[in-house]
Amino acid sequence: MLSIPCPWCGPRDETEFRYGGQAGIAYPADPDAMSDAEWAEYLFMCDNPKGAWRERWVHTAGCRRWFDLTRDTLTNEVLG
Amino acid sequence: MSGVRLPAGGDRIDRSLPIAFEFDGRALTGFAGDTLASALLANGVDIVARSIYDDRPRGVMSAGPEEPNALVQVERADGVSEPMVRATTLPLEDGLRAWSLAGKGRLAAQTDDARFDKRYTHVEVLVIGAGASGLAAAAATRSADPGARVLVLDADPGAAGEGVLADTTALGVYDHGYVTAVQRRPTPRTEGRLWHIRAGRIVIATGATERPIIVADGDRPGIMLASAAAAYVERYGVRPGARAVLFTNNDTTDRVVTVLRAAGVEMAAEVDVRRGESVVGTGADDHGRLASVAIARSPGGGRHETVDADLLLVSGGWNPNVSLWSQARGTLRFDERIAAFAPDRPGPHGRMEAVGAAAGDIADLGRIEPAWIVPPAADDPGEDAWATHYVDLQRDATARDLQRALGAGLTSIEHVKRYTTIGTAADQGKTSGVVASAIAAAILGQEVGAVGVPTYRPPVVPVSFAQLAGRDRGDLLDPIRVTPIHDWHVAHGAVFEDVGQWKRPRYFPDAGESMEAAVLRECAAARTGVAVMDATTLGKIDLQGPDAGVFLDRVYTNTFSTLKVGACRYGVMCRVDGMVFDDGVTSRLADDRFHMTTTTGNAAPVLDHLEEWLQTEWPALRVRATSVTEQWATVAVVGPRSREVVAALAPGLDISIGAFPFMTWRDAVIAGIAGRVFRISFSGELAYELNVPANHGLELWDAVMAAGAPLGITPYGTETMHVLRAEKGYPIIGQETDGTVTPQDLGLGALVSTKKDFIGRRSQRRPDSLRPDRKQLVGLLPVDPGELLPEGAQLVAPDADLGRVPVPMLGHVTSSYRSAALGRTFALALVKGGRDRIGERVSVPLAGRVVEATIAEAVLFDPENRRRDGEP
Repeated sequence: MLSIPCPWCGPRDETEFRYGGQAGIAYPADPDAMSDAEWAEYLFMCDNPKGAWRERWVHTAGCRRWFDLTRDTLTNEVLG
Repeated sequence: MSGVRLPAGGDRIDRSLPIAFEFDGRALTGFAGDTLASALLANGVDIVARSIYDDRPRGVMSAGPEEPNALVQVERADGVSEPMVRATTLPLEDGLRAWSLAGKGRLAAQTDDARFDKRYTHVEVLVIGAGASGLAAAAATRSADPGARVLVLDADPGAAGEGVLADTTALGVYDHGYVTAVQRRPTPRTEGRLWHIRAGRIVIATGATERPIIVADGDRPGIMLASAAAAYVERYGVRPGARAVLFTNNDTTDRVVTVLRAAGVEMAAEVDVRRGESVVGTGADDHGRLASVAIARSPGGGRHETVDADLLLVSGGWNPNVSLWSQARGTLRFDERIAAFAPDRPGPHGRMEAVGAAAGDIADLGRIEPAWIVPPAADDPGEDAWATHYVDLQRDATARDLQRALGAGLTSIEHVKRYTTIGTAADQGKTSGVVASAIAAAILGQEVGAVGVPTYRPPVVPVSFAQLAGRDRGDLLDPIRVTPIHDWHVAHGAVFEDVGQWKRPRYFPDAGESMEAAVLRECAAARTGVAVMDATTLGKIDLQGPDAGVFLDRVYTNTFSTLKVGACRYGVMCRVDGMVFDDGVTSRLADDRFHMTTTTGNAAPVLDHLEEWLQTEWPALRVRATSVTEQWATVAVVGPRSREVVAALAPGLDISIGAFPFMTWRDAVIAGIAGRVFRISFSGELAYELNVPANHGLELWDAVMAAGAPLGITPYGTETMHVLRAEKGYPIIGQETDGTVTPQDLGLGALVSTKKDFIGRRSQRRPDSLRPDRKQLVGLLPVDPGELLPEGAQLVAPDADLGRVPVPMLGHVTSSYRSAALGRTFALALVKGGRDRIGERVSVPLAGRVVEATIAEAVLFDPENRRRDGEP
């Protein structure tokens, strides 16, 4: 049970949140300009590092706000 | 072994409070403060179990949670039978009834109705173990930070001290200082309490557990961990035997010998590994109880002497209790000084530390000479050598099993554990795990530390499902949502179904009526007269802001910004992968305000979806989304005569077709209640969805029933709703779709705009989304009009050879019903390239037979939509 620091509500149990995958992947400005391969890369692929990892969470059972978090995928420690 | 109660002594028992109990049907007595194990020993009961595979008699081996043998079936005072209860930690109670087991318990036949609860707490420091080291750590924390919340757990019922929660065992350590623990009998009426603790820092003060040295026939009743024998004397005034042999490799047994001698135990021999001596085997009496011990006085075997004894005290050293440490991914190292695995400092993530014996500081250990297993006597190696060197007594797993595992080429201790089952029983290998690693290391010719120990996992001690569930069972398992009209449905005999957390009427049977008959009757009423349904559970989202129209254009495949105030439009919503996610009707309330409806089960996910895109991709859009599902009661009045009912209820509303056309909505006063009327239809019939504030829902329903009574208005449920919509080919998200279906697959391509971008659009142009053999929604008419196809049935080509697997699948049935309007059965199905196969036959292989069906248009009833303004 992770303790996730919601920037609005403070630390709360993981069960109050929903996970949103890798952070920092913007919806493409012009999807039509992208090849099928580029679109598939956006749609299906994400990084899978050992160590620091920037990810998205939403406090579904609290303030309902989305935010980014850096977590160590090896130890689950929250890095910021 | 001839255990007896001593005339005095025993600091945990109260001799003024005798307790009657039963074991295997025998009436026995003990004292308050006894465990079942101490009371059995006091009564001379030495065989407490038979082993699971080899049917060997077994006795009490320990005085704590590490017990592998004395696991009993207990009948609680409330009649519930509990399996595999450790006699060594079970407090004796008046009227307790217990039975011995042969390695397996029996599940109770009845539900466990005892009260179990849960508590949640946050502390700065959690200390696990209230021994001297644990209490010292707690005191040091308090003096350094008087404001800190400090909680101390201890498994012992008699544990005491400031902030100590006694009789409480930590079960597991999880991420970020999260610990679960079980407290037994927190109140007289509560059987147990599960604690969920979030701790800033965790101090592991769980002590150490003594381990045996493995010898041939070392599993007999009468063979006990040395410290356990002393515990029975000191705690319970029980002398576990009359004539003892000690087998040790360390100094902690010095005190045991003193205690036992003082209790009148005759020490027949003291065998010390450090002097080159060893116990090489044991002998038994007719009942299989320990009767003699074979001793070799010099290393390497040779001649051995036999000594009569009814008690063999074994100590192979002490293992720090590192399960919790290890669960938190703290690393271990083999500490030669104590010949055991101990926590490697520093602790994991700087949040955990170990102290005292748990950290490897074993008091009075002296010089220990590692000793794990004694070879069979040299004069009789025999065919069965090593076969009675029991390592894991609960699993009847032996040194020979370890030899076999390693002989088969296994090298990882994790594999060895699974192959031999050592350490997989209810005791989790508390006395056998490290010994098994050491024996494996010896066979492999490696250091013990290099072999390591298997991963420790929660729970540290067994815990019942009833305890884990607590009160979250039955009606309290999940919230139950009901509409304001629910009581009417109950009073009128509705049969309910669960839709998400909602209770919805499925159908309203007349007395003695079957579901099939009720649904045909309800369908006929909706198609020929007037019928009414409680549609309150429909998800409703209020969207406000100047950019609401633009936002809806992006989340729906079709266009909403052009919708006029007062109009409604059906929309399909996709995920970015292009697959259908939800559908529903959205109405424009004002230039900057829309009322969106969603499928009942999808209301929360749709709101989440909207929030995600608004917050993370388009924060500049000025739109707010709010759930109003529970603010509105919705009553659908359906059928060619529905206009008459609504006209009577809302006399101020111009209900003529010209003034109030299909797919529009109006403000209206309905039965005296200010609300909204939507002219939308999920059945193809003339229909009105009446919306009023939820607290007026029942009042509205009653008014509708009264106004419709002269017309024979018929209430209907979700089953009829499903049939009516399926006759019209309307898909239900989650039934016709499964996350791999595009709007085009559903035949809704006309609702997909080519003039704008929307979520999912680019994905719908991927080559895979454009394959001509994608599964498409079609109707399916069984050749036998009475044949009701099972939903989920697979479809194959009529000439398919069912004997050659895999048989190519063409698709599957998604919905299947009997239709009153069609006078026959019908189905909806997803079929590869289905729209080009209309008119073709498919085969439907069912259990033991194959039936034929014809592919048809998805819309089987009134394809021209001539009924939506009433009877044509």
